[in-house]
Amino acid sequence: MIELRDIEKSYGETRALKGISFSIARGEVVGLLGPNGAGKTTAIKIIVGYLLPSAGSATVAGLDVVEHPLAVQERIGYLPENAPLYHDMLVQDYLGFMADMRGLELDRRRTRLSAVVEACGIGGVLTRPIGQLSKGYRQRVGFATALLHDPEILVLDEPTTGLDPNQIIEVRSLIRRLGKTKTVILSTHILSEVEATCDRAVILIDGRVRADDTLAGLTRSRAQVVTLATPDLESARQALAALPGVSGVEVLRGPDGFHTLRLALATDDAIGERVADLAQRRGWKLRELRRDDRSLEQVFRELTTSVVGAVA
Amino acid sequence: MTRARAVFARELRAYFDSPIAYVFLVAFAGAALFTFFNVESFFARGVADLRGLFDPLPFLLILLVPAITMRLWSEEQKQGTLEVLLTLPVQDHELVLGKFLASWALLAAGLALTLVLAISVGLVGRLDWGPVIGGYLGALLLGAAYLAAGQFLSALTENQILAFILALVVCLALYGLGTETFAGLFSDRTAALLRAVGTGSRFESIARGVIDLRDLAYYASLTLFFLAACVFAVRTRRWT
Repeated sequence: MIELRDIEKSYGETRALKGISFSIARGEVVGLLGPNGAGKTTAIKIIVGYLLPSAGSATVAGLDVVEHPLAVQERIGYLPENAPLYHDMLVQDYLGFMADMRGLELDRRRTRLSAVVEACGIGGVLTRPIGQLSKGYRQRVGFATALLHDPEILVLDEPTTGLDPNQIIEVRSLIRRLGKTKTVILSTHILSEVEATCDRAVILIDGRVRADDTLAGLTRSRAQVVTLATPDLESARQALAALPGVSGVEVLRGPDGFHTLRLALATDDAIGERVADLAQRRGWKLRELRRDDRSLEQVFRELTTSVVGAVA
Repeated sequence: MTRARAVFARELRAYFDSPIAYVFLVAFAGAALFTFFNVESFFARGVADLRGLFDPLPFLLILLVPAITMRLWSEEQKQGTLEVLLTLPVQDHELVLGKFLASWALLAAGLALTLVLAISVGLVGRLDWGPVIGGYLGALLLGAAYLAAGQFLSALTENQILAFILALVVCLALYGLGTETFAGLFSDRTAALLRAVGTGSRFESIARGVIDLRDLAYYASLTLFFLAACVFAVRTRRWT
């Protein structure tokens, strides 16, 4: 649905994007994740046709964003960062204006307007000036206008910044609901946002894609942790090391008679059953057997600090 | 064009939802009346014409037009709504046209207020309507050129004050080029060229009631030039 190939973007001397490529399939909900200044917003502005790339190509629904910007924009509902709105307009006038700009007419105009008012819960503020609304309500008005033409694709730039925890939960559930029928790309630097809403994350650091995987794939690490009790630790270690798929064994600690071993794996294949079988045959007392997955925070830390280290 | 109409309606509402429209209309009518009676002393001259209204009108437009054009794009940039507008499936020229027509409508409303003068003079004396119609036509056309220039300059900066000053300077320069004081400094051929390019010299002849197609074409092309420049300025924002 969305495809970026070797996209570069420079602002004068600054290279904001240094050749990024990723693609998003129909119906996916993808988080564009990265520290501030990584180029998330730039990438998003290129997808929605607000900025032109310096090099590379971007297509949305098979259409090139540079050559057919209007056709692309017809298909996208876009919520820019901080939901910019005309503060001196009434909510209903603004929605009406946006409906006109989207070319909605007659019945469809009416049904779409009431549908988005309903979906975003802004029925109570229609006659109020936008400037008087709280940040949360402004965000909802922004959402409502992004959904007005019932787009196939939703592009959300930091949709929860500046909201309070309750509003964040509401916005996330709205995104999840919309994600069932639409293709969604959202940028954020909040990891839990991605965990709460996305199927997949593209991690952007310093203008490059550093990781692009499902959440499970990102957090999975090739290691298995086994905690067991045995009189002969050394033979247990050798037996575990001899299991197919295990490339190394490390003894971590052994307090109260139990030993924790960390098995490095050569592949992503699960080996839990084999370890359990082995323990049964050898008569080890097995206390814990788990995959040593990392949290998304750890993954993110590792990726970001390695870049900082490389620069320094 | 339905989109240009939506932009037109929104911009016109924006003028009247804020104090800008009212301040503009009061200032425009007030200044017109003041110069008509006090500076150009209508009663002392004892002639039933509207020269007292039209002679100082170019200066009035130079002062007041930038006030209604300065916000057109600067405000959009400042509050971030430009991003919303430019990511809608709309052609840039539809946006420029809608904004231009809204500002022109406001100017026309200001001119319409001064019709009270024309009607009053027509009632008390024998008014020659030729120069009056010419004067209003000239004011609308000259105003259109200034509005287009102002809108273009507003697209160059997100600072409204800067947009105002730029528009003031450019309109004044366009006017000044054709005046005798300036053009007289040059040789005959250059002076003729300057008079042809200046906005003021042509206004005088229209306000005398002489409607020359070349003058109309001049104002139309100046307006179109600045509107095209504005479309270009909006479009190049995507490249930066």
